[in-house]
Amino acid sequence: MSFLDQIFDNLWFILVLKVGLVMGFFLTAPLGIGYAEHKILAHMQHRLGPMEAGRFHGWAQLIADGVKFIQKEDIIPKAADRWVFSLAPAVVLVPVVLVIAVVPFGPDVWAENLDVGLFFLLAISSVSVIGVLMAGWASANKFSLIGAVRAAAQLIAYELPLILAGAAIAMLAGTLSLVGIVEAQRDFWFVLVQPLPFVIFILASLAELVRTPFDMPIADSEIIFGAYTEYSGLKFAFFLLAEYAGIVVLSAVASVLFLGGYLAPPGLDFLPGFVWMSAKIGGLSFLIIWLRATYPRMREDQLQRFSWIGLIPLSLANILITAVVMVLI
Amino acid sequence: MAIDTGRGGEVAPEEERPPKPLPGVGLIKGLLVTLRHLFSRSITQQYPHEKPDLPPRTRGVIALKQENCTVCWKCSRECPDWCIYIESHKETHEPASGGRARSVKVLDRFAIDYALCMYCGICVEVCPFDALFWSPEFEYATYGIDELTHEKEKLQEWTYTVLPPPELEEGAEPVEEAEGESAPHSEAPTSAAPVAAPGAGAEEGGA
Repeated sequence: MSFLDQIFDNLWFILVLKVGLVMGFFLTAPLGIGYAEHKILAHMQHRLGPMEAGRFHGWAQLIADGVKFIQKEDIIPKAADRWVFSLAPAVVLVPVVLVIAVVPFGPDVWAENLDVGLFFLLAISSVSVIGVLMAGWASANKFSLIGAVRAAAQLIAYELPLILAGAAIAMLAGTLSLVGIVEAQRDFWFVLVQPLPFVIFILASLAELVRTPFDMPIADSEIIFGAYTEYSGLKFAFFLLAEYAGIVVLSAVASVLFLGGYLAPPGLDFLPGFVWMSAKIGGLSFLIIWLRATYPRMREDQLQRFSWIGLIPLSLANILITAVVMVLI
Repeated sequence: MAIDTGRGGEVAPEEERPPKPLPGVGLIKGLLVTLRHLFSRSITQQYPHEKPDLPPRTRGVIALKQENCTVCWKCSRECPDWCIYIESHKETHEPASGGRARSVKVLDRFAIDYALCMYCGICVEVCPFDALFWSPEFEYATYGIDELTHEKEKLQEWTYTVLPPPELEEGAEPVEEAEGESAPHSEAPTSAAPVAAPGAGAEEGGA
């Protein structure tokens, strides 16, 4: 074997490379989405957004924000539970990074092709609920606790529609592996036969990310910042990073499950798969930002009602119909 | 928890109410509104790269035209904040054409302390001789509070930034043009009030 082949065959080298690429994606993609959110929200509100940082339309605004957060004082309230308080950002952040490792971004562009990729993804993303509860409880602050408990209720309520919508796709594709699901969409994208689960998945993702209109747990105008109120500096930045990385990751997962992942629309495959995947992630992120600009937030009881009485029966009915149709056809 | 809207609970009869739209239509309309705003021009004025376009009667800073001031002290007395500092003394002059000596007040110091000034404009309104004017300048922030007290030289400089008075609105009574009456920064300033006796001829300035 040649020298290069020997390097690329080495398990450790591959591992370090994959970790590096995943972390690199995790640190840069949220910056792009965060900047897009600033600008898109601004223009939808008839204003300009960041214009000064980096001279040209404020492209370096989020980098400046990152530097600002790093150099801030790390405040831990006196009554707070130090260890739980400090570990909560990590518990919220790490699941998002892990999900990046299983998502295919292009033909042969992925970190790991797990056979149970979809299951792994959904299970891991449920872990961040614990992080929010840790943050709210350890803050020793009534508003944080209210925010954390709202978050826990909301995240649990919307896990089920997420999983059930994903289950319908797994049934259609016949595999839980994300690469397998993309490959199974070579004939037609699953959104064409499963439009309702697509909508359910997007709405449940919005609620999982605690984004408007489901951002009652953060509710800026009511409980300051909910579970994250007492955080400052880098820990706070990690929560924000987790939110924007979550937008990217859940857009990627939704593209993989419903929009054909890195597959081009029929006839347009002169562009590489990675470009199409980026376009789909960008489109879904734009939709998520658009929804934030447009809608007021839902009340907690409206939110719960929407999930338990609305989305879950719909997704269950959808699974039933999918199963029947699959057997008949 | 009904709120009393004052109409006594009347609801329009069934036929007269507008038809209920399909559920979800309102949500889509909202999305289209934000999308339309996305593509329309933003109305932000990027200060400090662009200067703001201020209305004509903007109250930025107060300018003093020393020629018009007769040191009557009205502005200093009427200022609610007591931020106008005036010092003066009286001098007697023999007029050139003979006659008894006239005493004239001379302005030694006229300072407005903009750290105290609340920009109410009472001094400008109350001045009988039109010596104080509003100017739209607002960029005079300093690094020390002492520098916010503008002496009469600085106040005279502000007169070069005073705008001409805005046009009269439609239907307003036309103003008769008195002899030589004009804005402070044109060539022949005269005091508007009848300081000079009618028979003594027009006097240039107030000196």
